[in-house]
Amino acid sequence: MAGLEAPNQPTKSAGQYLSIGLISIKIEPQDRRARERNLAEPKTPTRLSKAFNAAWVRPFLFLIFIVVVWDLSIRLFRIPAYQIPAPADVVAVLWHDWPELARQSWPTTYATIWGFVLSALFGIPVAMLIAGSKTVESYVYPLLVFSQSVPKIAIAPLFVVWFGFGILPKIISAFLLGFFPVVVSAVQGFKSVDPDMVDLARAMQGSRFHVFRAVNLPHAMPAIFSGLKVSVTLAVVGAVVGEFVGSNSGIGYVMQRSIGTFDLPTMFAALVILALLGVILFWIVDRIERLVVPWHVSQREEIIVAA
Amino acid sequence: MTALNKTGASPPPAHLRVVGDRGASQKAGIRLSAVSKTYRSRDGDVPSLQPLDFHINAGEFFVVVGPSGCGKSTLLKMISGLLPPSTGEIFVEGEKVDKPHGNVGIVFQNALLLPWRNILNNVMLPIDMKRLPREEFLPRAKALLKLVGLEGFERKLPWQLSGGMQQRASICRALVHDPKIVLMDEPFGALDAMTRERMNVELMRIQRETGKTVLLITHSIPEAVFLADRVLVMTERPGAIAAIYDVPLPRPRSLDVMTDPVFSELVQRIRKHFFTQSALD
Repeated sequence: MAGLEAPNQPTKSAGQYLSIGLISIKIEPQDRRARERNLAEPKTPTRLSKAFNAAWVRPFLFLIFIVVVWDLSIRLFRIPAYQIPAPADVVAVLWHDWPELARQSWPTTYATIWGFVLSALFGIPVAMLIAGSKTVESYVYPLLVFSQSVPKIAIAPLFVVWFGFGILPKIISAFLLGFFPVVVSAVQGFKSVDPDMVDLARAMQGSRFHVFRAVNLPHAMPAIFSGLKVSVTLAVVGAVVGEFVGSNSGIGYVMQRSIGTFDLPTMFAALVILALLGVILFWIVDRIERLVVPWHVSQREEIIVAA
Repeated sequence: MTALNKTGASPPPAHLRVVGDRGASQKAGIRLSAVSKTYRSRDGDVPSLQPLDFHINAGEFFVVVGPSGCGKSTLLKMISGLLPPSTGEIFVEGEKVDKPHGNVGIVFQNALLLPWRNILNNVMLPIDMKRLPREEFLPRAKALLKLVGLEGFERKLPWQLSGGMQQRASICRALVHDPKIVLMDEPFGALDAMTRERMNVELMRIQRETGKTVLLITHSIPEAVFLADRVLVMTERPGAIAAIYDVPLPRPRSLDVMTDPVFSELVQRIRKHFFTQSALD
């Protein structure tokens, strides 16, 4: 063993040098278990490749690419600024009007979050009822799908008539857009429980509530979260739609106003802020999901790293 | 064996004779009297089980074999109280079954471990469902995991274990609340043949050590004969009792009993039930 140890010492560092390159090949004979471990574990990443592999880097690089293409095509095809503004102009607006834009994005954020929270608070119990009772399902579900086919944008003016120009119609609009994906995903999650698993818990004299809390609800969590992630981005759309129809504040209002004056840089700046808002809220829900369902298949890699 | 050779004359030897209901007067164990099940569907009533009468003694290893769809799983659900029989009565330990009584442990073909609970907490599921004091049963759960060779895996999540290990954990879950009877629905059907044989040997050891009454359902005739004190043969749908056989093989059994002439004769005898009924001939 001692004889084997000594020649292995340099090969270890040689192996590290090799893995810095694109292909890592281990030619040196090592004991089998160590080799299997090498196959199972990812090669040790260098600092540079680690930075390049961070989740946000690639979309960021792609974004830079898009902006460059955008800028170049404006210059090449001589697109006038009142049709598409140059990226630099948009950035300039973002820079100069930042206090105003930040102030205007607050009502939008507020309406989005409330709409989203309401769609989760109502969507999950409604899904529980639909999944739990065939009767409820037969009455409610078709109507829900039917209501979803009505374009929200078309009925948004109605909310202004009913609830005025305040924040409430925006919240309702965000809620209506966010509600449906939560219900559909959660129903699917609740229904996909193995009936044998429920039988097993029931045979142990678990009450309906206990069985639900121990089996059905955790089982449905991954599906619920995929619904929530769709819902949160749609809630942003809903809030903006609400603002389009009638308001004197919010990002939707900024967009309406800038379109009216052909102030396209401001309009694009507002779009950037909306996109950022959606991304940030999505990211927050994604983080919460990791905390709540760390056991799910999609999260497993993380557990191995942690373990 | 010597006793068998003496009786092996012109009348069928003892182990090939269909045995009746021994000890039906006993209170312990499981007793079914005229239990039948008919499912109501849109196309009318579908009989699943024809009236069954039999008794499983306390501490007995009782195996039911039958073709698929003969109502074996229905039988299991009725005994555990999840499904009311259409006619007749079921008694577990002398108590009439009319709702889930919790005096059973159940093992299904799939381990059915909850992926968000670690192995120990999965084993503790019946305790949580019955709202029994956790700290009282934790040592028992750990002892059971040790019994099936899963010591040190308490904190692992189910997917980190192999199929055989998961099924062992589910056996622990079936035993943790100390039920009198254990119901097993093709418990090793999803495992590979080698693991399956090993698990069968282990299951017999666990049954001997815990003294539980076991009702096991299987498709495999050799498995049935290998495990059972008695084998109940069921007919095709609607299920009915074709025969009940004694398995006079001595315990503890090892895989070597499969070469025993008594073993192969019984396997052949039981197999005949299915070949004479089915469309194969």
